[in-house]
Amino acid sequence: MSEAATVPQNTNAAWELPSRGIVGMACLIVAESAIFIIFIVAYLYYLGRSLNGPTPSVLELPIFTSICLLSSSATVHFAVSALHHGKRSLCSLLLATTVLLGGTFLAGTALEWYKLITVDHLTIQTNLFGTTYYSLVGLHATHVIIGLFMLSLALFFSLTGSLTSKHIGRLEVLSLYWHFVDAIWVVVFTVVYVLGR
Amino acid sequence: MATQAPVTAEIAQTAPRRLVLEVLHDWVTTVDHKKIGLMYIGYALIFLVIAGFEALLMRVQLAIPNNHFVSPQVFNQLFTMHGTTMVFFVGMPILFGFGNYLIPLMIGARDMAFPRLNAFSFWISAFGGLLLYFSYLGGSGLYGAGGAPDIGWWAYAPLALKAFSPGHSSDYWTLSILLSGIGTIGTALNIVATTICMRCPGMKLSRMPLLVWLYLVMSCLVFVTISPLTAAQIMLMLDRYVGSHFFDTQAGGSAVLWMHFFWIFGHPEVYVLVLPAFAFANEIIPVFSRKAIFGYPAMVAASVGIGFISLSVWAHHMFTIGMTSGANTFFVLATMAISVPTGIKIFNWLATLWGGKIHFTAAMMFAIGFLFQFLIAGLTGIMLSVAPFDWQLGGSYFVVAHFHYVLVGAILFMLFSAFYYWYPKMSGRMLSEKLGKWHFWIFLIGFHLTFDFMHIPGLEGMPRRIYTYEADRGWMLWNIIVSSGAIFQTIGTLLFVYNMVWSYFKGPVAGPDPWDAWTLEWSTASPPPAYNFAVTPAVASRRPLWDLKHPDDPDSHYE
Amino acid sequence: MTRQIWSGIDAQVPSGLGSGSTSIFSPAGTPAHSIFGLSMLVLSITGAIFIVVGGLLLYALLRYRHRAGDANALQEPPQIYGSNQIELSWTVIPILIVVMLFLATARIILATQDAPKPANALDVTVIGHQFWWEYRYPKLGIVTANELHIPVSEAKHPTPTYLTMSSADTDHSFWVPRLAGKMDLIPNRVNTMWLDPEAPGLYLGQCAQYCGTQHAKMLLRVYADTPAQFAAWAAHQQQPAVEDSSAAEGRNVFQHTACISCHAVAGTVATGTFGPDLTHVASRDTIASGAVPLTQANLRAFVDNPAQFKPGALMPAMHLNDHDLDAVTAYLLTLK
Repeated sequence: MSEAATVPQNTNAAWELPSRGIVGMACLIVAESAIFIIFIVAYLYYLGRSLNGPTPSVLELPIFTSICLLSSSATVHFAVSALHHGKRSLCSLLLATTVLLGGTFLAGTALEWYKLITVDHLTIQTNLFGTTYYSLVGLHATHVIIGLFMLSLALFFSLTGSLTSKHIGRLEVLSLYWHFVDAIWVVVFTVVYVLGR
Repeated sequence: MATQAPVTAEIAQTAPRRLVLEVLHDWVTTVDHKKIGLMYIGYALIFLVIAGFEALLMRVQLAIPNNHFVSPQVFNQLFTMHGTTMVFFVGMPILFGFGNYLIPLMIGARDMAFPRLNAFSFWISAFGGLLLYFSYLGGSGLYGAGGAPDIGWWAYAPLALKAFSPGHSSDYWTLSILLSGIGTIGTALNIVATTICMRCPGMKLSRMPLLVWLYLVMSCLVFVTISPLTAAQIMLMLDRYVGSHFFDTQAGGSAVLWMHFFWIFGHPEVYVLVLPAFAFANEIIPVFSRKAIFGYPAMVAASVGIGFISLSVWAHHMFTIGMTSGANTFFVLATMAISVPTGIKIFNWLATLWGGKIHFTAAMMFAIGFLFQFLIAGLTGIMLSVAPFDWQLGGSYFVVAHFHYVLVGAILFMLFSAFYYWYPKMSGRMLSEKLGKWHFWIFLIGFHLTFDFMHIPGLEGMPRRIYTYEADRGWMLWNIIVSSGAIFQTIGTLLFVYNMVWSYFKGPVAGPDPWDAWTLEWSTASPPPAYNFAVTPAVASRRPLWDLKHPDDPDSHYE
Repeated sequence: MTRQIWSGIDAQVPSGLGSGSTSIFSPAGTPAHSIFGLSMLVLSITGAIFIVVGGLLLYALLRYRHRAGDANALQEPPQIYGSNQIELSWTVIPILIVVMLFLATARIILATQDAPKPANALDVTVIGHQFWWEYRYPKLGIVTANELHIPVSEAKHPTPTYLTMSSADTDHSFWVPRLAGKMDLIPNRVNTMWLDPEAPGLYLGQCAQYCGTQHAKMLLRVYADTPAQFAAWAAHQQQPAVEDSSAAEGRNVFQHTACISCHAVAGTVATGTFGPDLTHVASRDTIASGAVPLTQANLRAFVDNPAQFKPGALMPAMHLNDHDLDAVTAYLLTLK
């Protein structure tokens, strides 16, 4: 055949497929969840097997910081719906609150680690508990940092007036990531601070 | 459109020749899925030659007992680099390269969902490969014992920890794979998003070409396969550099935990590698049998089933580590279970051939080689799934023969087939059929000499990963035969490379549809223009071009 | 290269060191026998599947090939999209085969792994090292290395040997194919297996889990002794080291250099545990974990520089002068 066969074009029927950004972020969430699951498995497997050194009893329930982090999911959700309704300054305010709440969580984690290191003498090198605790909570904190960076960028664009209704999809994708970070914290909190202690 | 080919030909004739630097810049900065696909493929072929050379050196060393061709240290580096390169820098890139090139074309899309992520994924994976090979130059360590990694491609703990692998050679292994893993997850994400969100109108999921289905399943598998490896790599790095104790047996850590994490990656990984081979078979075998694939829904179900079951079989790589009888029994059952959907696929291919009109082109011959060899590989896999039999055969050359039967006999053969089939689309020229047949027969002889006879030393007690063996074991004859096959495979591969280069310049012009095939990529020019389709197509069945060529008997009547 | 091939074929195997067969198809112990039986079942099933499916494939290729001369060569063949009955049957039949194979396999797993331990079993502790094997007989008070002596086990009164295994460093694997399947030696983990050789003789094997540079030369030699032979061997091993006055000079060199920091010789100041126990080293047939036969020349060369036979072995070259080297070698040869 010397010519390409011509395939007919679509003329009428509506052909709606899911948004690329949401599907892409869902895939990323699945992959990242798998990474976290492995660290959680390591944590659970090594519970009670440290040969010496501090045990999970040195941990204190991080209630306040957890409330901050989980509320930040609500604020970012409302930030997206504010943008939906064209309320740009409300969106900026809510994004700023999200960043603040997330930052508080990080600061709280830093204080907690300071106490564990200087008072309880627990580091990643100390024993199996130190190894698995710092790596799991640290991995989560890293994801929080990345999320805060992206949220700050969004906040910056919102404050300079560059964030418009065209960007609702992208902000939704970012908020999906942030919800994932919070969901992971729910699991980590339960495994480390509730079940493990 | 009807005038598409002549217009582009005119433009090509009058366009000025571009500077080398311009061409280079174009390729380095491209986000076009076709160019990225070709870069993945070219990159993988270079590493195929390098890793093949490493294998050649090993086979020379092992041809006779107590040989001194290479030192034990060098041999241990060779098998580590050969395995690591072949899995991560040949297998993954070449299969993702084909996927990248073909998927948007087959679903009537203009490009992948995230073109810049696509380019980033390629470049970070490419960097990973270069980093691994830099270890030959850059790695250092105690008593000059650095250089390339020598911990085996599974890097079992505690051998991989600082205490037993001082210096940096193991770090090159860890980091290069970590980086290429990021690229792999990126490309898999792209494939899933493209497949779900960018199909042309009318192409419901149940009308996608099976190749696209298989890449979709494979990409979903990647998310839960590569991530455990990434996690384990991070843990290994922490152990080696920050003093953590994930796998430190002195501190109460567990060597077995590394094995679990590695094989939770390692087993589904082999399905990540083999599903694209199935994908190619699903497109090529029907076209050269002149029949639709038999049992499309069952093929989809079997592929998804294989994906799911593959997540539950990993510890069949650990039958000898002393798991309880209950655990061993579970993994025996899960592994045997996966043979059911896999068998279904073989039977469906058989049924596609049955009653057809089989054309023995080079592409088809490689596909037929795949069918027989994958059957055998699957059967030796069933043998290994019988745990007590594995207590003898595990860790021996029988296993090495089995997995090379899958990787070379099934996957590489199907890759060769894919090359002969899609090269015309990618380059606009046909590969020489005559050279192709020489390639096939020479490579076939080499493959069987090496990998059929390799089973025997395993049955006679020869373990793997040994740089030499005792003269009184009776293994020498088999090792000589195995080594001799490598020469034929080398010649065959060189013929293939020559064919590709020669045909690019001198091969007959292919036209858009040289094979009289039925999926969308054959409806556009060869090679396709940058935008793929001038107008987004719409489809009403699984074989849109069949419907056009047979308006009296379209597929849409039967689906 | 050709000369090497011929000399490989004429390999010098000193008499009494075994025929070299390590085939899984010549079992000489109960675990190996039951695996052999199961393997025959598996091979027949897979062989049958290969013949049937491969045969059908071959037939299809021949019967349905496109012949250009055919009347309807240019026509497409009838398009068959599937068949529920056929697809169902080739789903159900494989499932039945899998169930059958699984049950046969589960039976052997339970019989081998969960076999109850008889009261008269011999206990041996096996510790894997880079690149040698440590054997301890806790109830007999014996410590030795690299050559494992166990009693033959008769069917009427079985006297199996139970191995309790772990590793001092990296992963290893104990594989003597004619006696049993392999079992890994993993640090911080205890595995067990049992052997019951049915006939006296030497059974060979080697480490089957990559453990580092000299993995290939971590060879296994299992001597199945008759009850009388085993009793004599054990009694001898329980003695402290032979004190031969003619080797006093060598003993002196040995005890005043770094040798004693790694090696033990019972009844002397040497109590090192990093390397093989040398109390009765001269009673063994080989050195360096089976790598070379025990001769004066080999022993001297090994002590001088282990890398001659095992490059990458953890024992460093001792850098003794010729005189001391001769003396130490003579001393070691008296440690029968």
